[in-house]
Amino acid sequence: MSSAMNSEWGKWEVVIGLEIHAQLATRSKIFSGASTAYGAEPNTQTSVVDIALPGVLPVLNKEAVHMAVKFGMAIDAEVADRSVFARKNYFYPDLPKGYQISQFDLPIVGLGSIDIELENGDKKTIGVTRAHLEEDAGKSLHEDYAGMTGIDLNRAGTPLLEIVSEPDMRSAKEAVAYMKKIHTLVQYIGICDGNMQEGSFRCDANVSVRPAGQEEYGTRAELKNINSFRFVERAINIEVERQIDLIEDGGEVVQETRLYDSVKNETRSMRSKEEANDYRYFPDPDLLPVMITEEYRQQVRAELPELPEQKQQRYIDELSLSAYDAGVITASLALSSYFDTVAEKTGDAKLSANWITGELSARLNREEIEIDKAPVDAEAFAQLLSRISDNTISGKIAKDVLDAMWEGEGSADDVIESKGLKQITDTGAIEAFVDEVIANNPSQFEELKGGKDKMMGFFVGQVMKMSKGKANPAQVNELIRSKMK
Amino acid sequence: MSMYHTKTVTELSAMLQAGEVSSVELTRYFLDRIKNSDDKLNSFITVCEEQALAQARESDEKLKAGNAPALTGVPVAHKDIFCTDGVKTSCGSKMLDNFISPYDATVITNMRKAGVVMLGKTNMDEFAMGSSNETSYYGAVKNPWNLKAVPGGSSGGSASAVAARLAPASTGTDTGGSIRQPAAFCGITGLKPTYGRVSRFGMIAFASSLDQAGPMGQSASDCALLLNAMAGFDEKDSTSIEKSVPDYSADLDEPLAGLKIGLPKEYFDHKEGGMNADVEATVKTALEQYKSMGAELIEIELPNSNLSVPVYYVVAPAECSANLSRFDGVRYGYRCEDPKDLNDLYTRSRGEGFGAEVQRRIMVGAYALSSGYYDAYYLKAQQLRHLISDDFKKAYEKVDVIMAPVTPETAFNIGEKTDDPISMYLSDIFTIAVNLAGIPAMSIPVGFVEGMPVGMQIMGNYFEEAKLLNVAHQYQQQTDWHKQMPEEFK
Repeated sequence: MSSAMNSEWGKWEVVIGLEIHAQLATRSKIFSGASTAYGAEPNTQTSVVDIALPGVLPVLNKEAVHMAVKFGMAIDAEVADRSVFARKNYFYPDLPKGYQISQFDLPIVGLGSIDIELENGDKKTIGVTRAHLEEDAGKSLHEDYAGMTGIDLNRAGTPLLEIVSEPDMRSAKEAVAYMKKIHTLVQYIGICDGNMQEGSFRCDANVSVRPAGQEEYGTRAELKNINSFRFVERAINIEVERQIDLIEDGGEVVQETRLYDSVKNETRSMRSKEEANDYRYFPDPDLLPVMITEEYRQQVRAELPELPEQKQQRYIDELSLSAYDAGVITASLALSSYFDTVAEKTGDAKLSANWITGELSARLNREEIEIDKAPVDAEAFAQLLSRISDNTISGKIAKDVLDAMWEGEGSADDVIESKGLKQITDTGAIEAFVDEVIANNPSQFEELKGGKDKMMGFFVGQVMKMSKGKANPAQVNELIRSKMK
Repeated sequence: MSMYHTKTVTELSAMLQAGEVSSVELTRYFLDRIKNSDDKLNSFITVCEEQALAQARESDEKLKAGNAPALTGVPVAHKDIFCTDGVKTSCGSKMLDNFISPYDATVITNMRKAGVVMLGKTNMDEFAMGSSNETSYYGAVKNPWNLKAVPGGSSGGSASAVAARLAPASTGTDTGGSIRQPAAFCGITGLKPTYGRVSRFGMIAFASSLDQAGPMGQSASDCALLLNAMAGFDEKDSTSIEKSVPDYSADLDEPLAGLKIGLPKEYFDHKEGGMNADVEATVKTALEQYKSMGAELIEIELPNSNLSVPVYYVVAPAECSANLSRFDGVRYGYRCEDPKDLNDLYTRSRGEGFGAEVQRRIMVGAYALSSGYYDAYYLKAQQLRHLISDDFKKAYEKVDVIMAPVTPETAFNIGEKTDDPISMYLSDIFTIAVNLAGIPAMSIPVGFVEGMPVGMQIMGNYFEEAKLLNVAHQYQQQTDWHKQMPEEFK
């Protein structure tokens, strides 16, 4: 398993575990009725419970429990009959109660696992230790307040599912693959919007190194609050490098929490184990234990939508997509929904998949945008592909039409019409081009007739050029052949 | 002037309903009594004259319109632990001296709906931590039966105000005896309901798994009327119980013939707790009275009673250490002057804002929850708590109610125990097990020792408040201890 890693980090093996915080897509907070919508004016989405006035009590949001159970079911994990909320005690200005309500020794979701695909195509199973419900803290705003700190409690009480992995990953790339897998999954099952810019999906990475072959884990550092796939990879790699350098220079890794600085591309110490809080966890007496029945578990299991892997298999089996295309498309719920619409409208899944993984993805990557921000929606894209299928335009012209659509010049039909790109299918018109090309190139035509097949390309090319690309290539071919007789 | 202060809530309610007196007149009468006499007692932190009169006028309208609920227009005092919209809610602490609550506790909302007029907010031990009302930031409350003596705590202001008839009735909260012990010391009737019977929402938390609000009044019948208004499921409190509320006044007159009264030998054989022989004798006289009313006295065992105090003083401080973390000087409440940095803000705001007893309990609690000690203290205490509950469950298989003293002695003098927290803690030795088990219990006045009231405790099975009130009421039909008033406040 570690031979590839050995080449990456010499004699060192990297061990990584992730703690992913997925913000649950409930309308209201986990223990109050205040809205969870992002981006409101500071402290406008706070109830008396969120600001922890004296005397207030938390009431558990049932939907948050439902979502956690959904996650548990989706990764085939143990969902606890009885789980308990605990108070995690520490003082910080954006933590209004002076404790965070979380789960400690009795989380709602226990052992489960998820498969990731390695670069060489192999599958690897990553263990999920647990997933527990907790409330988010508010935000401390250090800018804009000279010498003071502003506190925004809008986010305080937002439900989070903290998904803790086993230390099963052996490279930054594996960590990213795992994180992406979870990211896709939580969106498929509708429990998290996956928006990393808004902090709806973020992770802490526990990173350590050990000499390859050693069983014992090395001392780990915890990298806090990384909010993009790119940063996860960079943060882990830079931390691994730091740890290896440190050990090779005769130093020792200390157990500590480190912050990744994406601007300087370095990690630096936040606090060491000695400074770490004793959180004094104890069961929250304001909340009853969460009891989950087998019946409820089965009900939630039955509600689960098609999961990414099931969808990928269906694309392969029923739509005859390649494993690669099916994998790329199903890796994003939004992309696969886009594909579903395009394939349905065009009736040609194969063509749809080719264009989505090819031309569409290329444009998205070039502009670094997600599918939901694409300027061409699925219906418009389907119309474009339909114009290839019905021979209105060639594939080559279609790329130009897509460019125009991307720039906002209208629908496929609008662009074809306004730019006069409609394919010429009138046999008479094409024949005139063919005759003219043959007349202009008599010796080449003799060679073609004499059996020099590659001259065919030359003649088709000339005709296409003369028709400005609009002649139907298949018809052109056919007509030239008829002239050879 | 009419002697309205000699009337019970039950009587005042009837007079209001019959139009013999207006709520405004009654409210003015009690506001005047507070004004004239409370400087001797210090039982109120805040008197709500304007709001009370406004509420009284509203009540009079409702009474005129007819079909007004029984408590409409009755003036009542609330312990300053309940959040009251627009009114200072201090919890007896400097920490909240500047805190005007923007919302009402559910108990307050329920009382408002029932038409009750709020006279003001009563003094209490700081954050309900104390058994003598001496830990209040607003100074000690005095016992109307002897101004040198404590009224008990933590609902000392509520007990003192009712004993002196500055209010016809009041609300209190009971975490380890805080309704029953001051009721006993002041010679009034108090009821701690089953845990979960009355909503804790808006009641400033001391120890969440033990806290319970209840009525304090002149009689069991008054307590029944008040509990009718206070009790009920509240979706804002996950620990409140979804169970319908009976009419607590309905069964008051049931005869007691055949009633099985359990007498725990541990509560009577007490030698270490400083059980006063005269107090015990007074309680035993009351038991004889019950016997004469047809009840059967049965000795029972509560073998784990001796664990109550140590278990309580782990569980309650542990919970309070977290509950009081929100008082950090950041969003509301006391903030120290010119904090140097965040740590300074926390340590000085809390160091200056909390009194010594509160700080002591926070530290004990934080210690009991610390890594390395949790199993030995908090976890062990939770296990023992089950044993204590099981003792009661077993006992109620044999008996209907359990009776015992409320306190080992009558009210002690102000300052007598302030330097000895352990002896202060032991004054709750008979009341604490009830909170740990979550059962309901009452204190009723059963006599005097050297001029100071003696209370007897009646403990019931879960949700048997109606039974307790019936048992207490029947005794009060035969005796007049509950009608005695301190000379100075007659």
